[in-house]
Amino acid sequence: MRAFGGTVSGLMQKRSVRLAAIIAVLAAGGALASTWRPAIAPIASPEPASFPAQVVARGAVLAKLGDCAVCHTADGGRPLAGARPLATPFGTLYSDNLTPDPETGIGQWSAAAFRRAMKDGVARDGSHLYPALPYEHFTHVADADLDALYAYLMTRAPVHQAAPANRLIPPLGFRPLLAGWKLLFLHHGPVPVDPARSAQWNRGAYLVEGLGHCGGCHTPRNLAGGEEGWHAYAGGLAEGWHAPALDAANPAARRWTPDALYTYLRTGISPDHSAAAGPMGPVTESLSTVPDADVRAIATYIAARMAGHETGDGTPRPIDAPARAAAVAPAGAVLFAGACAGCHGSGAPMLAQGRPQLGLASSLTDPDPTSASQAVLRGIEPPVAGRGPKMPPFADSLTDAQVAEVLAYVRARYTNLPAWTGLAQRVRAARKESAQP
Amino acid sequence: MTTTLTVNGTTHTVDATPDTPLLYVLRDDLGLNGAKYGCGLGQCGACTVQLDGKAVFSCVTPLAAVGDRSVRTVEGLGTIDRMSALQQAFCDEQAAQCGYCIAGMIMRAQALLDANPHPDDAQIRAHMQTNLCRCGTHMRILRAIHRVADAPTAGAGR
Repeated sequence: MRAFGGTVSGLMQKRSVRLAAIIAVLAAGGALASTWRPAIAPIASPEPASFPAQVVARGAVLAKLGDCAVCHTADGGRPLAGARPLATPFGTLYSDNLTPDPETGIGQWSAAAFRRAMKDGVARDGSHLYPALPYEHFTHVADADLDALYAYLMTRAPVHQAAPANRLIPPLGFRPLLAGWKLLFLHHGPVPVDPARSAQWNRGAYLVEGLGHCGGCHTPRNLAGGEEGWHAYAGGLAEGWHAPALDAANPAARRWTPDALYTYLRTGISPDHSAAAGPMGPVTESLSTVPDADVRAIATYIAARMAGHETGDGTPRPIDAPARAAAVAPAGAVLFAGACAGCHGSGAPMLAQGRPQLGLASSLTDPDPTSASQAVLRGIEPPVAGRGPKMPPFADSLTDAQVAEVLAYVRARYTNLPAWTGLAQRVRAARKESAQP
Repeated sequence: MTTTLTVNGTTHTVDATPDTPLLYVLRDDLGLNGAKYGCGLGQCGACTVQLDGKAVFSCVTPLAAVGDRSVRTVEGLGTIDRMSALQQAFCDEQAAQCGYCIAGMIMRAQALLDANPHPDDAQIRAHMQTNLCRCGTHMRILRAIHRVADAPTAGAGR
């Protein structure tokens, strides 16, 4: 082979490469310049008494609807003081301190700086924030609501606590790159009002698309970590769990009605479906405290998004075919009898308490076995106020192969759906995921 | 149907169906009565034993799941004359009231101390959260674990 650039055409190629390089550098420079955002002048922390109590109370509700404290509180840490590690495909981020501490929190932030952070993803000092803060949703929130949130946060007790440094894959530590991400994925403007729909539906749309940021988990993301808008609510990943589809592809064995969704979101469990597990637990915990009308609105909107959802072949639900399952997965049948049947077997006391049967659990009808794997490995914590279903974790008592056998058995016993493929590998991947920070 | 399993370093062959909970095998077939039947649903922790060093609920661990992994019960820690450091600490703190939960408490705590000889209070509390005591001696149980965890020599016991 000839060395590169040894001919006339090669020389021209070299020149055009140089030209392209110069253009690229200029473009990058221009792009960088356009990413620059000014700092907003620091302010002296406002007196808590300067915020009307009514506005603060409304902000408290909005903070619950937005689940702020879930990401912005470390395990065992002070509420909203940040420093919670958030595992992403791009490395680990630590959430910021949202208490009004002047040095480590948002004590020096004006209302305008807070609004800009929520709508544009830019910190008070002008640096770009990572989209782990779902500003592509928060940008749709009305200014009056952002101001109420601000009032709520600024009236919390300040906590002096700096977040540890992020650990990201290079070069993602270089924040100006985020300007390019925003160009692609941050779309400003309010949630459009649909006059053909009810006020309740529109209120639900505003909450779900904005503060609630449901799409953050339930919409798949592309390689750049942006939500795939054209696949909205087609199901996505959440902290190692699979957030099920909330569109017509929703896997529920029984159709979700607005009433069933309301009960689920409010209490963490629906007798016609199953219990909130994994990252959905804290969401229902938050929604157990907000006004009834808001949960009704969210339920109405989500149920409408699932319109067209079919529950399959018309077999009465729930399905329970123990003989078929024992033939498909004999080893799983033995493990199920010893490990699971005490709660989930026919006639178990748990079922007599009105708890849903496994045949109604979306994690078993989901085409993706990830959440079912996680439920077995990590168990389920009572989602609301420490009450409700508590499933023990089996990560230390069952091997990956054994979990796969149990899952093959329950899939065959409680659904008419095809067996999950590559189960042992999927369980191994789920276990690896749960070992992250 | 016979199954072979290793408990406290000794290999046993038992006649039990493979879906039998490990707890029943330990108590009924091997006469190891330390682990207790509390709820039978993996909710209380009275049945806690170690499987390859990890604390598990033996009431929801089928014999078939054990395989060639090693089981360790409170009987494997020490004897009445030669107690392990953790057992001695539970005695010194008088951590048992009715005593029903204690074998499970000790086995769960020992699993933590084996992995991390000097856990802090938050780590101990988080680790012990799954085990319940209806008498309410939690503070004494925590003190007993601290006795070993805070001791200058490694608390890994034996």
